[in-house]
Amino acid sequence: MRNRKSIGLISAGAAVWLVMYATPAHAMHIPEGILPFSWAAFWFAVALPFIALGLRKLNTVSADDLSFKPLIGLMAAVVFIISCMPVPVPTAGTCSHPCGTGISGILLGPFLSILVASVALLIQALFLAHGGLSTLGANIVSMGIMGSFAGYFTFRLLRAFGVNLSVSGFTAGLLADWATYLGTSLELAAGIRGDSPFFPIFTKILIAFIPTQLPLGILEGAMTAGMVMLLHRKRPDLLVKMKVLKPGETAE
Amino acid sequence: MRLFFLVYILLIFALPALGGEKPEAKKWPGVDEAVVEKIAKEHGRETREPLINTDKGDILLFVFLLAGTVGGFVAGYSWRALMEKRKEPETSSFNTADNDAGRIKD
Repeated sequence: MRNRKSIGLISAGAAVWLVMYATPAHAMHIPEGILPFSWAAFWFAVALPFIALGLRKLNTVSADDLSFKPLIGLMAAVVFIISCMPVPVPTAGTCSHPCGTGISGILLGPFLSILVASVALLIQALFLAHGGLSTLGANIVSMGIMGSFAGYFTFRLLRAFGVNLSVSGFTAGLLADWATYLGTSLELAAGIRGDSPFFPIFTKILIAFIPTQLPLGILEGAMTAGMVMLLHRKRPDLLVKMKVLKPGETAE
Repeated sequence: MRLFFLVYILLIFALPALGGEKPEAKKWPGVDEAVVEKIAKEHGRETREPLINTDKGDILLFVFLLAGTVGGFVAGYSWRALMEKRKEPETSSFNTADNDAGRIKD
């Protein structure tokens, strides 16, 4: 009971804090025009096969079992909302946002997660002045591909070593978030460096992200673990169906 | 004691937002502005205006609100669809154990 009260108080306080501080902001995606055409086209070329595989997976999954649709809808909404929600980080004095691809990578698998992230990024680039159309490919690669694969593989690896569900979820969310920013740093450094050497610019960008993304990664980890545990409590059968858990693990 | 500690932590974070002047927008720039655009500018790359520029006055606020509302609705609807328990077909009152027991007594 007391725990519930504490959680309620924390949630209420966090909500007040976010509402009072948050304003619509461009937060993390690479904005329109930053990358030269050749690099923008390259990242599109990298992203397209993954999107095609995501579409194929969506068709297969939908044909097999209609009950996956609400989960895909939920994850699409979660990734969209989370990735356009600027969270103020008092320690850095800046705003950024979690990505949500950690949890979608775990629950849907990496390819469906990439598809969901691509749709979210497209809507944001079109209507929310968040990211850009020319940089959409690069943003899909960093948030969609790198985030989803990092979340998926981290979770699977930790589970294979017998790590419990909440720790696996937390680490997957954390690494998915950090992998996204690693990807953004890489894309940006490659695109803007000109004749300068790659690594000093890459390191500079990566270090500049740390004060904001270090705490946000922890927040994303906590959110991911919370969501995995919630689904485990409410619908363990669904986690088994999505191959997140083995049939014997539902009682964990 | 734990509750007091939690409230205390919350207040530390929430008080600056509740009291005094509201921080200006520039005070909390997004990392794209503080990191991506800044470093790109140092290397001669600048942002272009988006194809559909909603960053005009309160239009962006409106679009964010709309997006949040639609996204929240979809999330809530999907969550309900996921969590809804599949109802078993209700058994007739004649088949309940009590009634059966009653009938035997009669």
